Amino acid sequence: MAVRASRTAMQPLIDRIWSSKMTNYIIRRILILPIILFGVTALIFGMLQFLSPAERSALYVRDVPKNEAMMDAVIRRYGLDQPILVQYWNWLMGRIDPVTGNVVGGILRGELGYSRSGSQSVAALLKRRFPATVELALYTIIPIIGIGVTLGIAAAVNHNRWIDQLARVFAILGHSLPSFVLGLLALLFFYAKLQWFPPGRLSDWANNVVLAQTWNTYTSLITVDSLLNGRVDVFLDALRHLILPVMVLSTISWATYLRVTRSSMLETLRQEYVVTARAKGLKERDVINGHARPNALIPVATLSGFTIAGLLGGAVLTETIFDYPGIGQAAGAAAAQLDVIAVLSFTLLSGLILIVANLIVDVMYAFLDPRVRLN
Amino acid sequence: MSVATGAPTPQSSYLDTFEMRKIGFVERFLGPENYRILKGILTNPLSVIGVTLITFFILVAIFAPAIAPPTNLREPYMTPRDGYGPTPKPPGTEWKSRPPEIPFWWGITGKEGWVHIFGTTGGQWDLFYGIVWGTRTALKVGLTVEAFTLIIGILIGSLSAFYGGWVDEILMRITEIFMAFPYLLAALTLSAILTPVIGKGIWPPLIAMVTFGWMGYARIIRGDILSVRERDYVMAARVIGVKDRRIIFKHVIPNAIYPTLILASMNIGSDVISFAALSFLGIGTEVGYADWGQMISFARNWIPSLATYWYIVVFPGLALALFTLGWNLVGDALRDIMDPRLRRGR
Repeated sequence: MAVRASRTAMQPLIDRIWSSKMTNYIIRRILILPIILFGVTALIFGMLQFLSPAERSALYVRDVPKNEAMMDAVIRRYGLDQPILVQYWNWLMGRIDPVTGNVVGGILRGELGYSRSGSQSVAALLKRRFPATVELALYTIIPIIGIGVTLGIAAAVNHNRWIDQLARVFAILGHSLPSFVLGLLALLFFYAKLQWFPPGRLSDWANNVVLAQTWNTYTSLITVDSLLNGRVDVFLDALRHLILPVMVLSTISWATYLRVTRSSMLETLRQEYVVTARAKGLKERDVINGHARPNALIPVATLSGFTIAGLLGGAVLTETIFDYPGIGQAAGAAAAQLDVIAVLSFTLLSGLILIVANLIVDVMYAFLDPRVRLN
Repeated sequence: MSVATGAPTPQSSYLDTFEMRKIGFVERFLGPENYRILKGILTNPLSVIGVTLITFFILVAIFAPAIAPPTNLREPYMTPRDGYGPTPKPPGTEWKSRPPEIPFWWGITGKEGWVHIFGTTGGQWDLFYGIVWGTRTALKVGLTVEAFTLIIGILIGSLSAFYGGWVDEILMRITEIFMAFPYLLAALTLSAILTPVIGKGIWPPLIAMVTFGWMGYARIIRGDILSVRERDYVMAARVIGVKDRRIIFKHVIPNAIYPTLILASMNIGSDVISFAALSFLGIGTEVGYADWGQMISFARNWIPSLATYWYIVVFPGLALALFTLGWNLVGDALRDIMDPRLRRGR
């Protein structure tokens, strides 16, 4: 009976949660999630079907089968001649190897196949490359959001004045300059001419320090680990290598942040509560910082979710130009050598990161913006 | 400007001032909406620069055979090479082996022999020829990608909006699935898959870019059709008994698609950047094809000595940046003109 009593006591609250549009929306999103995930894996698997069975054998074996007899044996052993739905299931879940009796493959088990350009398993490649990409993403997101948002707000507050025009021209220029051209120009000046910032992740001497026995790995982020190991010189060396890629990555993103912040802030400044705040005699600075800015930044929160997800998936061009050993560079190199199994895995991974980010951003958006919640 | 000047003088009434505005030939020919857009583009200094840049590149593309005559008439897109030496040569170096026909305009400079105006890449491909013919490649790529993404986007978006219900649900979920991948990485993957199937060339990246590029248009078209459907003129047409099909093709589609068409044409700039990015990574056209991205990719072998060989990056990079800048400047102006919230009294 106690259960029933508490249930009735809770009922109004439960009703309210269930009837709210936001909960419906989130539940709908979560219900759709499996469909999207199925679609994404089906699309990737569909793209795999362009490959010959011999090429697809890289899902299970490291080396290309040498002759036709070996190829046939591999195809039969791993079921690459079976109906497409069976193959899809095997690709997802793995398959019992008829020779050894062990389960092999299966992307859900984390076995993504072998990268022939990286001559190791894709999972190992991902594991080795991911920390570098994370480190780059962490250092990039701060200037992107900080400078982009500051410029956008300055442009909106000074609408149609010179700051606005300048910011606008800057945004168009940033949008027009391809990242790889910008990156090469940065290397031209700061590396080839001035010798300030070399490409790569670490100098040779620092790399030797990191690979030595005495080095303790805590996070695999070199800037963090070097401080924990008490090596300020390695820390400075890592920073020196990060500056150019961070600069290039943030320059190409400022334009977007500037544009979004500017238009959102312009829209907010036209709202009635801003007029009210002004009418009751608040200082202009308080109106902008206290009333307008927090609401204007809601779309920016959404945007930054996608930016972080995009950066974690690897910045292919920037990492390639600066020879920065992250996921993006591995993807670019694999694609150039037509190592499809590896590129597809990278694409799948970044797709999954984006889907998760999308979900988080949507839920966050509903919490941040009461208009979405109450609609 | 004082307030007093606006007041009617005894000689003229308000009625006169209204009837004074003449509708010129151009406005009558284009219709009020097109005229407003055209006027907006041609009166904004930034977009005038954009229009000038675009016109310049289109002219270069049209007159490419006169500006840089091809050596191999059967394959004019293949850049001529001056020997096979590995080190790039600076701008102004003489052509040594088998120089192409000297173009007519070279007489103005008063020089005798034909030179590498922008220098050569490693492997002695002529940068000037590549940049001039690369303009054709860029326009071809931009127009093709936009045409096909628009066709797919319009098809999916309008089917979704007209049928609604489960058709809409399925098509929008498919759209979402295609949107789940980062554009460049997905295009890179599909081009890498298609290259062995259909061979090197501009088609693998083009198909890949179309496959992962239509979703935005499908969504915009769907939203626009849904909102146009509720407009008064559609209701009016329905009231006077116009057939559904006529309403759809005469009223809904033109009004819903027109803004997207104009804005889509402005995406040509970013398409060309994506194509160049894929080429830069080594996916797409065969070596020597006149294509800006590929020319820039030659610089990857010379990064420590870029200070000496700057021209491999700077000239094709400048072409790419100015081309995109042109489309973006016009696109930015168009966005302002067509955004109803920004419209002030006409």
